Amino acid sequence: MINWGALGAVSLVSLAAGVVIVVLVALALVGLSAREPAADAGAADTADGTEPVGRATGPVMSAATGTALAAVCLLAAAAIVVYGLALVIFHH
Amino acid sequence: MFISYSIGDRTVPSSTRRGKTHGSETISSGLVDEAKITPTVIFAGLCGAILWNLLTWLLGLPSSSSHALFGGLIGATIVAAGLEAVNYGNVLSKVLLPAVLSPILAGIVALIATYLGYRIAARGRDGTVKKGFKAGQILSASMVALAHGTNDAQKTMGIITLTLITAGLLPEDAGPPFWVILSAGLAIALGTYLGGWRIIQTLGKRVSEIQTPQGFAAETAGAAVILTSANLGFALSTTQVATGSIFGAGAGRRLATVQWSVAGQMALAWLLTLPAAAAVGAVAAWASSTGTVGTVVVAIVLVALAGGIYAASRRKPVTADNVNDVPAPVPACAVA
Repeated sequence: MINWGALGAVSLVSLAAGVVIVVLVALALVGLSAREPAADAGAADTADGTEPVGRATGPVMSAATGTALAAVCLLAAAAIVVYGLALVIFHH
Repeated sequence: MFISYSIGDRTVPSSTRRGKTHGSETISSGLVDEAKITPTVIFAGLCGAILWNLLTWLLGLPSSSSHALFGGLIGATIVAAGLEAVNYGNVLSKVLLPAVLSPILAGIVALIATYLGYRIAARGRDGTVKKGFKAGQILSASMVALAHGTNDAQKTMGIITLTLITAGLLPEDAGPPFWVILSAGLAIALGTYLGGWRIIQTLGKRVSEIQTPQGFAAETAGAAVILTSANLGFALSTTQVATGSIFGAGAGRRLATVQWSVAGQMALAWLLTLPAAAAVGAVAAWASSTGTVGTVVVAIVLVALAGGIYAASRRKPVTADNVNDVPAPVPACAVA
């Protein structure tokens, strides 16, 4: 028999964990971008020849706010990963 | 912590390891009557799995080693014990259904994560964002490796341990010896190091031109799906989850850059995995059942075929130096 309940739980938990971690890291990188001097922004950043990902040319928040945002987001992402690993290791 | 493999009619404790998951508790996963599994059946099943894995590797197609093993065992068991020894309900619920659902789930997670990741990261500076995701990929790739080992290395250890027990070299309640754990880990790492480039080329270049944010999203999605499912008792194929997440990440950035024809090739390979490995397993079991000479002949044929596949791969080797020498997929809008 197929355990549809467990399958639904797998879907929801993996969807939440996978999406939230990526979103938190992306937010952290936006925060870290605020720490960069304005001169570093722009065309020089895409010198690797790949399609640009970040497009900001000016600060979107203050450096202090960006640092705080990055710290909170990275800590949250790390907490999710550590909690997940703890479940895997100690659950059984 | 005490967790056991149920292999054949024997139970193999694995109390020496942490992180053991439900998904690998049985080698056959109840697909066949485990009381009918003998060393000959295991040998024949492995023949089917090894040959199918090598063939798909030669073609650069990621296919599930677990499903190949299941297929080989099913084919060998049918020859050894008859059709009634196969639990077809479990084949449907534990192999076929997850094979369909897991890549779709991983693809959806990766697609949403990639889409949101790009939307949010667009507010940052390109250099910072790319460097950050590149660094993040070290962690996300490590998580995938952990998930791979958690999900797949267990089967290798279980098979070797079962063989040692059935051969009388280990007591029935013995766990995997350290050298078995070490050799299984080294073998999986060595195989990835030596032979992974063909699969890397397919997933990294032929499916879509994967950028670092997509790679991070795909790896995070894949690891989340595999570790969650393993923790909740679903044995999913690492290969199929990883492949689904790559396609999802490709579609999350720009739908037109995904080469869906490659997806068709992979789907065909996945569809054939179980019956193809079963057929080889059945033939190997039939030949091996004739006695020692038959088993030796099967082993020689297996080595010869494996050598032939390796030789064929050397005609057009894929290495770290040329893995990226593939034309990038052309977006449909560019073609139009």
